[in-house]
Amino acid sequence: MPVPILTQAPYLIASVQAALTDADLIGLQNGLLDEARRRRCQGVIVDVTALDVMDSFSTRTLQSLAAMLRLRGVETVIAGIQPDVAMAMVRLGLTMPDVRTVLDLDEGLAYLQARQQGSTGRGQ
Amino acid sequence: MDSEGGSTGVRAVDGEMRVPIDGELDILTARQDARELATALGFDGVSQTLIATAISELARNILKYAGHGEILLRSAARNGTPGVTVVAADEGPGIADLALAMTDGFSTGHGLGLGLPGTKRLMDDFDLVSRVGSGTVVTTTMWARRP
Repeated sequence: MPVPILTQAPYLIASVQAALTDADLIGLQNGLLDEARRRRCQGVIVDVTALDVMDSFSTRTLQSLAAMLRLRGVETVIAGIQPDVAMAMVRLGLTMPDVRTVLDLDEGLAYLQARQQGSTGRGQ
Repeated sequence: MDSEGGSTGVRAVDGEMRVPIDGELDILTARQDARELATALGFDGVSQTLIATAISELARNILKYAGHGEILLRSAARNGTPGVTVVAADEGPGIADLALAMTDGFSTGHGLGLGLPGTKRLMDDFDLVSRVGSGTVVTTTMWARRP
């Protein structure tokens, strides 16, 4: 099932609704890159609350997405990794050290807003 | 016998579920079937997620290295403790160096090289048999936690 991408200027929000196929993930990656360019957005939140598994492929794809967007000056936030999923990821060896993760969507928006306001101040 | 549409394509043989792994959608099917088996055996949500994640890695290895294969799911028992056994079998090229394949960070594919050692960390029991030219069988079990 493709992931809908919503605009909440100047941010994009992608809310994953169900387990993703690899094609869905690649589609999400390309869709976010494209929308971020078209809308000149400053931040992207990928809400993965509904994901029951994050394996090496999905983690790698999200990390790549964040790296690509960062090169474009766009901050990526992964929101809502479930406790069970976090446990499985760490056992597997997946810690996403280079990607900002937050508890939920609200925290993600708050983080991006604070970062924007503080961009001339303390930073993150 | 093929099945399409709403069916998961799973056949039960002597209490064993057999999920053919021929494409990425089959990974989701195997994960879902394993969750159902684990739920029926009384596994908690954390254990279900660990099993589902292990299956994701094993099924992905099948697709990446062998092209196709199968995941077998069956219930196990040890001293009255229920278990979920996951067998990932393929007739692919096999693994030349088992020790190397079990090393974190080593991959002949384009992954992170965490599939096999990571799966071992996710599950309780782990056994790997592989022969170059004839295939690979990974047998892994998780035992239910006592409340």
